[in-house]
Amino acid sequence: MSNLRSLTFDAIIIGGGGSGLRAALELAKSGKKTAVLSKVFPTRSHTVSAQGGITCAIASSDPDDDWRWHMYDTVKGGDYIADQDAAEYMCSEGPKAVFELEHMGLPFSRFDNGRIYQRPFGGQSKNFGEGGQAARTCAAADRTGHALLHTLYQNNLKNNTTFLNEWYAVDLVKNSNGDVVGCIAMCIETGEVVHVKSKATVLATGGAGRIYASTTNALINTGDGIGMALRAGFPMQDMEMWQFHPTGIYGAGTLVTEGCRGEGGYLINKDGERFMERYAPNAKDLAGRDVVARSMVMEILEGRGCGEKGDHVFLKLDHLGEEVLGKRLPGIVELSKTFAHVDPAKDPIPVVPTCHYMMGGIPTNIHGQAITQDESGNDHIVNGLFACGEAACVSVHGANRLGGNSLLDLVVFGRAAGMFIEGALNEGIEYLDASESDIESAMKRITRWNESEGGESIPQLKAELQDIMQTSFGVFREEKNMREGVKKLADLRNRIGNAHLPDKSNAFNTARVEALELDNLMEVAEATAIAALERNESRGAHSRYDFPDRDDVNWLKHSLYFPATKELKKRDVNFKPKTVDTFEPKVRTY
Amino acid sequence: MSNLQVSVYRYNPETDSAPYMQEFQVDTKDRDLMVLDVLHLMKEQDSGLAFRRSCREGVCGSDGMNMNGKNGLACITPLSDVVKSNKLTLRPLPGLPVIRDMVVDMGLFYKQYERIQPYLQNDTPAPAIERLQSPEERDKLDGLYECILCACCSTSCPSFWWNPDKFVGPAGLLQSYRFLADTRDTATRERLTNLEDPFSVFRCRGIMNCVAVCPKGLNPTRAIGKIREMLLADAT
Repeated sequence: MSNLRSLTFDAIIIGGGGSGLRAALELAKSGKKTAVLSKVFPTRSHTVSAQGGITCAIASSDPDDDWRWHMYDTVKGGDYIADQDAAEYMCSEGPKAVFELEHMGLPFSRFDNGRIYQRPFGGQSKNFGEGGQAARTCAAADRTGHALLHTLYQNNLKNNTTFLNEWYAVDLVKNSNGDVVGCIAMCIETGEVVHVKSKATVLATGGAGRIYASTTNALINTGDGIGMALRAGFPMQDMEMWQFHPTGIYGAGTLVTEGCRGEGGYLINKDGERFMERYAPNAKDLAGRDVVARSMVMEILEGRGCGEKGDHVFLKLDHLGEEVLGKRLPGIVELSKTFAHVDPAKDPIPVVPTCHYMMGGIPTNIHGQAITQDESGNDHIVNGLFACGEAACVSVHGANRLGGNSLLDLVVFGRAAGMFIEGALNEGIEYLDASESDIESAMKRITRWNESEGGESIPQLKAELQDIMQTSFGVFREEKNMREGVKKLADLRNRIGNAHLPDKSNAFNTARVEALELDNLMEVAEATAIAALERNESRGAHSRYDFPDRDDVNWLKHSLYFPATKELKKRDVNFKPKTVDTFEPKVRTY
Repeated sequence: MSNLQVSVYRYNPETDSAPYMQEFQVDTKDRDLMVLDVLHLMKEQDSGLAFRRSCREGVCGSDGMNMNGKNGLACITPLSDVVKSNKLTLRPLPGLPVIRDMVVDMGLFYKQYERIQPYLQNDTPAPAIERLQSPEERDKLDGLYECILCACCSTSCPSFWWNPDKFVGPAGLLQSYRFLADTRDTATRERLTNLEDPFSVFRCRGIMNCVAVCPKGLNPTRAIGKIREMLLADAT
C-alpha cells in the first residue's frame, strides 16, 4: 500500500474563490462530507479583486429589463461562440442567484427606492440591441468582488463547511477506467502530502493571467486546475481566447474597473480626443472590451499614444466630480493614487490593455461536468471531474466576456455544480478505487521537483515564459511571430522539466509551491499558443493581422486542444436554447 | 536609494533553533518600489525566504507585516513611506506564533473573527427579490464592510497581545459592528449578549494603534465605541 495518508470526502472543491465557495455552500447545506481545498485563505482568492459588479437582469434600474436582452448581449459579446443553452441558463437563473447573495448579506449599493444599485457596463443593451444602453451591473461601490467573496466565505462559516486552507492540489488521481477519483494534495504549512479520495472533484481554481508579463491578475493566478486537467490528458476549450482589459494601470497592471466608463468616464489620446467615438459610434467607450482594447492599441500604433514613449492612453474621470468618485469609485481613487500617483479627481489615469481573463478552460456542461471528445468527435462526460468559474468553459463567454458576467458565472455555475453533485451523490456514485500505480503517476511531478539536484532557477524561467506570451500572443497576433513563440515554448518546456528546486524543506515552503505553479503556467501557455496559432480567423479577443475577418464557415466552432498529441480539434457550439429562439450570428458592431 | 539594506526576520522550524535577523542588499535601481517588490527581489537571492502574497494591490490582505516598526501591507507600501537612512527592517506581524520567516499562524485571529458570527442573520422569510435598504441605511456599512482581514490592526493592539484568546480585537469588533449596523440583521440582542463579558469588548483601552495602521483607512476604535454605547443602552 501507498504510505501516503488519505483523506476521504464525498466531494472535494479545489479553490476557495467565488465559484468554489458557492459550490461548497450548496454542498455544506446538503450535509455531504465536503471540503474546500485552497492554496490561500479563501478571502485572499482573486475574486476579491473584482470591482465593477455582477451583471444581471434583476430589473432594478429598469423595471422592464429582461434576462433575454442580457442573453442577447452575452451571445453577441462572445462573437457567437458562446453556447446558447449555457448563456440562457446563466441569464435566466441569474436573478435568483443574485437575490440569494443579497439575502446572505452582500452589502450592495442602493437606489433611492431601496433596490440594488445597477450601473451601465460595456456591451449592454435593451431590447436586443435596439433600445440603447442598459444599466444592468449590480454593484457594491467598486468593491463588488470583495463584498461577494467575503459574503460567501461568511455563509460557509455559518454552514460549517470544512476548509483545508493553505493546501495545494498537485495533480488529479485517475483510476484505470479514466474516472477522476481524487487528487494528490500538499499541506503548505507542514509539507505533508496526502491522497484525497473523492467521488466528485471540482476544479474551481480560477484563471491563469500570470502566463503574461502584464496582467491584472493576482500572483496566485497560475492556472493550477488547467494544468492538472491537461496533465491528466483532458482537453481544453477555446484557450486562444484571452481578454485584455482596456484599463490596466500603465506600468503596474492593476485593474481600473469598466465601471469608471459606466459612470461617465472616457478614454482620450494624446490630442485629448475621445477616440472611441471613431471606432464605436454608438456605444463609444462602452463597446465590448475586445473592441476597446484593439482601438487603444491602434491609437498607440498610429502615434497618438500618451506619455514620453507614446505607449498608453488616458482615462479621464475628473469631470465626474469628487462626490461621484467618492461614492461610486472610492477603490479606484485609492488604487490610482497608489499605483499611478494620480488623483483622478484632478488628472487622467494612464492606462493600457492588460491581460485580464481566460475565456477558455475545461469544457463543461451547465452542471459543471467536465467533457471530453472521442475520436469521432462525440462528447463524453468525464466521471468524477467537475469545473466551475474561470477554470471552466461552459461556455457563456465565447470569444469575449462582457464586464460583470464573470461574477455571475461564478455564482450561477458554482451553485449549479453544487446542486448537481448533491443529486448525484444522493443517487449513489461508485468508482473503482485508484491503484498504487495510479497514485504514483499523480505523484510523479512533485517527486521530480523534490529530487532535482541542479538546473535553472524557477523565477528566471517564469519570466521567460511570460515574455514569450506577451510578445507573441498579445492583443494582435500573426503566424510568424506565433510560430516562433510555440517553438520557444517547446524549448522552455524541456528546460522547466530539468529546473531546480533548491529548497527542499517542509514547513511553508513557498519555493516548492512556485515550482509546482510553474508547471501549470507552462501547460496553460502551450495550450494557448497552439490554439491561437491554429485558429485562422479573427473573432472576439483573438485578433490576427493575417486573418483579419471572422470566418463563420470554418470557425463558428469551439477549439479543443488535446494535450497528449498537442492537436487542435473543433467542437460544435450550442445554438439550441430551450426557451428562446436562437440568436443567429450577425456582423458585430457597437 | 540604490542597494537598499534590508534586515529580515528568519526562522525555519526544521533547521533553526531560534529566529535571527538576516541582512540583504537589494538593488532597487533607484525606483520607489513597493516593499513586496523588494521581498520578491530578495527571494530571487534566497528562494527559501517565506512570505504570503496574492493580489499585490491591497485588497486580499495576505501580506500584512511589520515594516520599520509599523504594521501595513507590503504591496501598497512604497519604500519612500517607510525607509529611513536607506534601511528597512521587516518582521512578521507581532503577537502571533511564527510558522516560518514572515509567515504567522493566523489561527487565533480567525477564531476571534468567527466568534462574532460574521454573517447576516435574519429570522424573517426572505422576499422573492432583494431585501430593501435605503441609501442612508446602506451608508452605515461604509467604513466597516471594507475590512480585508489582514490583521494589521489586531496585531498592533496591546490588549490583543495580552488576551488574544479573550479580547475579540479590533478586526473582529469592526465586523461585529458591521452586522449590528446592518438594518437587515435581526440578531442584535444575541450579538450583544455574546459580547457582554469584561474582556470581549471592554479590554479595548482606546490606544488607537488599530486606526493608525489600518491600510484601508478604517476606524475600529469608533466601531468599538458604538458597540459600547449599544451595550450600555441595552443594560439600562
